[in-house]
Amino acid sequence: MKDNCCGNSDKKESFGNVSHLKPFAFTTVMQNKKEEAACCGPPPGPECVRFARPGYEICRFIEEFIDTAAGSVPKIRTKLSMADRLMSVLARFGIGRNSYGIAPGIYCAGSPSADSPVLVTANYKLTFDALRKELSSVDAWILVIDTRGINVWCAAGKGLFSTEEVVKRVKISGLDKVVSHRELILPQLSATGVSAIDVKKRSGFKVVWGPIRANDIKIFIDAGMKADEPMRRVTFTILERFVLVPVELSFLVKPSLFILIGIFLLSGIGTEIFSLKDAWSRGIMAVFAYAAGILSGAIVVPVILQWLPGKAFSVKGAITGTIAAFFVVMTLKDVTNMWELTALFLCVTAVSSYLGMNFTGSTPYTSPSGVEKEMRKAIPVQALAGLASIVLWIGAAFIR
Amino acid sequence: MQDFRYLYDVSTLSFNLEACIGCGMCEIVCPHGVFKVENKKAGVVDKNGCMECGACAKNCPTQAIGVTPGVGCASYIIQTWIKGKDGNSCGIAKCC
Repeated sequence: MKDNCCGNSDKKESFGNVSHLKPFAFTTVMQNKKEEAACCGPPPGPECVRFARPGYEICRFIEEFIDTAAGSVPKIRTKLSMADRLMSVLARFGIGRNSYGIAPGIYCAGSPSADSPVLVTANYKLTFDALRKELSSVDAWILVIDTRGINVWCAAGKGLFSTEEVVKRVKISGLDKVVSHRELILPQLSATGVSAIDVKKRSGFKVVWGPIRANDIKIFIDAGMKADEPMRRVTFTILERFVLVPVELSFLVKPSLFILIGIFLLSGIGTEIFSLKDAWSRGIMAVFAYAAGILSGAIVVPVILQWLPGKAFSVKGAITGTIAAFFVVMTLKDVTNMWELTALFLCVTAVSSYLGMNFTGSTPYTSPSGVEKEMRKAIPVQALAGLASIVLWIGAAFIR
Repeated sequence: MQDFRYLYDVSTLSFNLEACIGCGMCEIVCPHGVFKVENKKAGVVDKNGCMECGACAKNCPTQAIGVTPGVGCASYIIQTWIKGKDGNSCGIAKCC
């Protein structure tokens, strides 16, 4: 017991005495912990890992570093930690979502050799984690390219997961020194931004199109780089749709603040020019209708999407909106009049139809030509319904 | 994905059978099974399944496929209506 930093010596001596009085187990524990017994604060943290470098922080998903001809390469952990899961959930809610990238370059999983496959992926942490957790029994190199923290498909659509970036990253990383073969496995969905022929021409690496989903990667590799048809088709399961809802809602927070202010201002207009009492009592009804529109268009539409009639999303939104509007009217019918009820009905339906239409951006099957066609028809109708709703709402205050 | 069908007869996809060499790249990259290769020639088997992602055209070695690629996103299209297509890209602007 030499580590007396701030404890008092009396206390230390008393341990010897106490041990006679306390149960045996207690003294054993104390004796084992002797060397690290902390006198003030919690015990010290672990020793610094040997690969620590001044100015760098080691990502928690890195297990160790291995030496290659292109320098040291981090080896990833294939198990997601609680922190990884928590950060993923937050990103799904739009929190930290725009700064959730990892450093591009070569990583590895398992104990890869010069013959091991190279998996190319985006540097969005959510994407990287989805791949990482599938590699528990795979020996592979992972080339993370800089897609500015955006997932594979969206980055490909935006021209970030591109031929240029793949070629550039292959060159910068020195991949040709790490592997003896000349083959890259790219996620199929990156084909929107990457030309396999051009990558081959410019980097010497042949592109093999891997499966769409990371959880097929092991089967794909084991099958000798072959994907069956289901691996090559996008899906849009209820779970895949459900996880999109929070981020859809997070986009609505800012515009909704302005809309709420607008609602209360419009609700106060009346025969007294502006009545604070009306702004509150009528405003709360309009907010209820607006919330019903959000629930219907941004939550119900995505979740029950394929069971809703119609192909156009604005139509699907208008259908759920009509049902939601009916509930709003039934709830409020005893406290207001026909004019206001009509205004609220139109408000719910228009908001729901618009938000339903907005969900097109989150689906994996809507074509821009189709969305544009739908919008040219739907937006005038939605705008007219919205305008009629506002006119009726203001007018109702003068009719009472 | 047969449960999820979007508007019909809108896709800008075009295919030139003569230029096709039957390499099968389009069949591999298409996430919706729009192409099928038979007798060393590709063919469009489900044009209404096309979402105009542009992967096929980008990877066709003989430019036999034409499509105006884009993102089927209402917010993005509204932005292009307001600001024009130049200098406005999905995600880089205040979209998603």
